[in-house]
Amino acid sequence: MANFSKSNVPQFSVEVYQNEYLPEGGREVNAIVTVTSTGGGTVGSAVAAPHLYTPGQSPDAAVAIMVDCSGSMDYPPTKMRGARDATAAAIDALRDGVHFAVIGGTHVAKEVYPGNGELAMADARTREQAKQSLRKLSAGGGTAIGTWLKLADRLLSSVDVTIRHGIVLTDGRNEHESPEDLKAALDASAGRFTADARGVGTDWEVKEVTAIASALLGTADIVADPAGLSADFTQMMETAMGKEVADVALRLWTPVDTSIKFVKQVAPTVEPLTDRRTEAGPRAGDYPTGSWGDESRDYHVCVEVPEAGIGQEMLAARVSLVIPQGDGTAQALGAQGLVRAVWTDDMTASTSINPQVAHYTGQAELAQVIQQGLDARKAGDADGATAKLGRAVQLASASGNADTAKLLAKVVDVVDAAAGTVRLKAKVAEADEMTLETRSTKTVRVKK
Amino acid sequence: MSQMPQLAACPSCEEPLESGDRFCGACGYDLSAVPAPPDDHPTITMNGSAPRPPSAAPAVAGAAPVPPVTAVDWPVAPEADSSGTPAAVVLPADIEGRESGGSDSPGVRFDRPAGSPAPPHTQSSALPPERSQPPSPAQPHARPQGQAQGQPQGHVQPPAHTTAPGPAPASAHGSASGSAPASAHRSGPGSDRASAHGSASGPAQASAHAPGHAPAPAAHAAAEPDEYPLAAPLPPEIPADELPTVEVPTLDAPLADPRTADLATPAAGLKVCVACRAGQVDRDGYCENCGHAQPRERDHMEQELDAVAAVSDRGLRHHRNEDAFTVSATALPDGSPAVVAIVCDGVSSATRPDEASLAASRAAGESLLAALPCGTHPQQAMHDAILAAAEAVNSLADPAASAHEHQPHVNAPACTLVGAVVTPTLLVVGWVGDSRVYWVPVDRSAPPARLTEDDSWAAQMVAAGLMNEAEAYADERAHAITGWLGADAYELEPHTASFKPDRPGVVVVCTDGLWNYAEGAEEMAEVVPPDAADRPLHSAQVLVGHALDGGGHDNVTVAVLPFPAPQQGAGSA
Repeated sequence: MANFSKSNVPQFSVEVYQNEYLPEGGREVNAIVTVTSTGGGTVGSAVAAPHLYTPGQSPDAAVAIMVDCSGSMDYPPTKMRGARDATAAAIDALRDGVHFAVIGGTHVAKEVYPGNGELAMADARTREQAKQSLRKLSAGGGTAIGTWLKLADRLLSSVDVTIRHGIVLTDGRNEHESPEDLKAALDASAGRFTADARGVGTDWEVKEVTAIASALLGTADIVADPAGLSADFTQMMETAMGKEVADVALRLWTPVDTSIKFVKQVAPTVEPLTDRRTEAGPRAGDYPTGSWGDESRDYHVCVEVPEAGIGQEMLAARVSLVIPQGDGTAQALGAQGLVRAVWTDDMTASTSINPQVAHYTGQAELAQVIQQGLDARKAGDADGATAKLGRAVQLASASGNADTAKLLAKVVDVVDAAAGTVRLKAKVAEADEMTLETRSTKTVRVKK
Repeated sequence: MSQMPQLAACPSCEEPLESGDRFCGACGYDLSAVPAPPDDHPTITMNGSAPRPPSAAPAVAGAAPVPPVTAVDWPVAPEADSSGTPAAVVLPADIEGRESGGSDSPGVRFDRPAGSPAPPHTQSSALPPERSQPPSPAQPHARPQGQAQGQPQGHVQPPAHTTAPGPAPASAHGSASGSAPASAHRSGPGSDRASAHGSASGPAQASAHAPGHAPAPAAHAAAEPDEYPLAAPLPPEIPADELPTVEVPTLDAPLADPRTADLATPAAGLKVCVACRAGQVDRDGYCENCGHAQPRERDHMEQELDAVAAVSDRGLRHHRNEDAFTVSATALPDGSPAVVAIVCDGVSSATRPDEASLAASRAAGESLLAALPCGTHPQQAMHDAILAAAEAVNSLADPAASAHEHQPHVNAPACTLVGAVVTPTLLVVGWVGDSRVYWVPVDRSAPPARLTEDDSWAAQMVAAGLMNEAEAYADERAHAITGWLGADAYELEPHTASFKPDRPGVVVVCTDGLWNYAEGAEEMAEVVPPDAADRPLHSAQVLVGHALDGGGHDNVTVAVLPFPAPQQGAGSA
């Protein structure tokens, strides 16, 4: 099949928000890099009317849906039913021509559809067949997500497509393989396909699910009520269908004697990237960002530059977007952003903090204190939990992160949001706590 | 004076040096030792603070402290602001009639633009009584005619029209000129200067002053048509190319544009970084190895014409040069040369100050080059040039563009402006902000003078009598400017003044990057080389070197113009 992916590569733009002015002796340069991709008019309609797309016109994609079929899915039975309905809904959202497979997961992975180690190509007939085959799904067995991912990787890599995406649905802990096995499977899959992970019910481990999404550059969420699965799966699949370019990397060039303190995605969610650097030539490194549709993400880059005298100016980092190719080269996506450092003795200039940097520093702290507060709460440290969650309430309120503030209010009684005064709730629904933890990394953008 | 150690090669990048180099030509390394930085007062605007009532504004601006100079027989800067109202365009034909003041009588006359809205005594009353006034300026004016150099010493022609805010400039002219500055500078206790002034000037002038601070009848000005020493202007209908212009080299705009000076940025990939000598320079002007910004074309600019030279330098503490200048030469309708220098200082608390200064200097220079050959009076031309510069700077303010600026301060681009026009007989200055013009006589036994009054907080404080000069300039707000070109400026008040120096000298047009290191006129005169009139470029270099040796805390720009403007023959280049 002809590969039209090149023509479908969206346009990327890079904007840098920073206060480039450093005081004498200043070394730390912070910048928020906003990356926006806009496709050639394909994405909006790809989402709204996927069936209008014929192969070749839209980015070719392959999707694997991994449904937990462990024994716990029958308790209550609505979970299995919800999973079947959700999978059916996701299949309905498949664009014609997209390769897909359904995997039933227990302590081993089974091909539910189409089988024989192949992928089906979506059309009316295969969609119907796939939905029929969902009836075969039954609960029974353990949970070993690593095996599901390995099978998904094998199936997805059997076709030559631009976008490879997986959806993982689980309802329990990954009990039937070691954490190392899961980690090995994630490492093997990272960069080969992206995946969203969903936990249904409240018996799953938040950190496991978020780790899967994080490693595979997808989203993680909780679907406490199985009835909500269908809508969520449909939305996930539509997002996947909107992706136009995969394996995009944020390339950071820094001058000699400059060190990168951290790189993290800060919007739409906080996602540390510092440790995921791949060297890309002299003084440059790539940070994976996964696949992109029509969207905009923000990254916080912090670099430490050598000292320079007042009046000096240097380029602290050059930010670009590339698609690394297998042979060591990279396809540049055009846009570039410059992070600069200018030393000045104007204290007004050097002491001001860029609003974007301040905002996302706050959002990153918000995610961190929620995590720390919930950990302290689980460990029985009420004082620590109160302090951390109080700070979280304060940050969420100040930054206008209303969604997170709402979730926090289900875990603590807010006495004074501005001051961060809270009381731990005596009784907290497990679903609420898990929702807060799963969604703690969600950020809001700075008001412009 | 910059005394450079003679080095064979740049200590930073090993680039071979030439003797006399103050900076490494490759890496811009400062070859002089950098002394301890003095207190630096970067130019900032004071938006919103120190508002002043419009009526008092001209007086306040004009009443800034004048360096006390003993026995000056050159006038201190006259009050010649234009009170913010666009002047009526003066047709060449009008000029003659508008000239107040009678004959070329010796003696200094301060020119006051006619038709300025406030009557002279209003100006006077707006002045603080306690304002320190150098006693000397009054004396020279009292001198009998023909004394000393026999030239109309410090005779300031009253072109009045410059600032004329519309209504009947001509009528007000005679009275306003001369009397207003006198009273303004005399400030309060007795306007003996005015009277001295009057006596020094010719009869016509005296009569002009006699009414003192009452509006003179229009007939008055008309009665003194031949006072203006420049040849009668030609009617505007005469095409410029038919004008009997002297072949003084006339720079057209591109040449005067500092950006097109032969300091082009090298193409990417061809140049090795001046900082690390290891990496190549990328298209954005940074080293591909160490990331250091490369010297930019505006970091150091020099330009020399026959009768004017200017040097601009980034200084040692700023990361870019936000100053700009224009120097050019043209001819008046009578063929006598007119030399123009414009210096602008970008307001660093505004966005894109470098663009503002460049736009302002270009616009003002072009405006003068267009107006002077047509016979517009130089003071009027200067006034119009400032308005043109203001318009150019205003047009830089773009809401859409400023939305993309994520600077700590998002102000409209702004800059100061100071300019000088030198003809064989006349010296016209104009300014907005705190950039200055100094007069340094060739004969150093004669006192130098500062010819401009800063639009600055300190000057206002002193003028308003709220502080004495020492207190005002010790304040950290001292250098905050109260007038500038830019979309966010208050009502624009271009100040202009014209002088008739009675002896040869040089005119130093500079930004505060220089005068911070030579504030008083005497100090400035000490720094100006004795041969400045013969070697303007060298003098400008020396002056910039003085500022750099002092610490170079700000961008430094200096233009040096010998007076009188050399007659034809000198302009062969």
